[in-house]
Amino acid sequence: MKTPLSSIILVLFGSFVGSFGAVFLKLGAEHMQGSLKRILNNYWLATGIVLYLLSSVFYMMGVAQGQLTVLYPMVSIGYIWAIVWARLFFKEPFTRSKIGGLAAIIVGVALINLGNA
Amino acid sequence: MISTTASEVAFDSKAAARRSFLLVFSCTVIGALAQILVKQGTAQLGAHHLHLTLGQVLHRPELFVQFSLDMMTNLKLFIGYCMYGVNTFLMALALKGRELSRLYPIIALTYVWVTILSLFVLPDEHLNFFRTMGIVFIVGGVSVLGLRK
Repeated sequence: MKTPLSSIILVLFGSFVGSFGAVFLKLGAEHMQGSLKRILNNYWLATGIVLYLLSSVFYMMGVAQGQLTVLYPMVSIGYIWAIVWARLFFKEPFTRSKIGGLAAIIVGVALINLGNA
Repeated sequence: MISTTASEVAFDSKAAARRSFLLVFSCTVIGALAQILVKQGTAQLGAHHLHLTLGQVLHRPELFVQFSLDMMTNLKLFIGYCMYGVNTFLMALALKGRELSRLYPIIALTYVWVTILSLFVLPDEHLNFFRTMGIVFIVGGVSVLGLRK
């Protein structure tokens, strides 16, 4: 049985949405202040959590069909987005190991797709 | 007064390092088990949720809402979600005062556990040369992400 492309797209989209969740959590952590009231009023944190929840719904719609041996590895694409957003929004530099890891992950995901025949 | 010698401090930090290693390692196993439950749970959600495409979901938000509501009443999904929660808590404990990037090689093991568990527990799963190499590349890639240079 082949894993449908629609499932793969849903999982990839989920990890894309989730990568923004990470950006907002990081923004939220930077604005973190002591009291509980302050934490509850931290809109960055709240937005991050909502994005994570949304991304998990897309992920689950995706894995409802098809094989986990194909779909779960697709989640690793999230690392690519995370590194790109970290560069764009937090000025975290691209390092040689990040570029190498990124390339390996892309090759890995491509191989998984090749193996889905 | 309690005095701490240098060797005691060294032992202490070694023990702390081992503790966070073990915690993160447990997280990868718990996380993989949660993935299996989530997969089994979504497969139970009913035929009308199958064959959904991203295009449909974005055009018809009610499909998204319906799916989300059905998710909340599924036991396996609920347990899987609780395990995610426990995992997040354990990770926070493990990472206290420690760099996440140095633990990437352990975190990447989740891909291995999910694959092995899928083969044993789920129906219709199989590995082939490309898929196996794909996992190897992904685990390798995630492992090196946190290196300094």
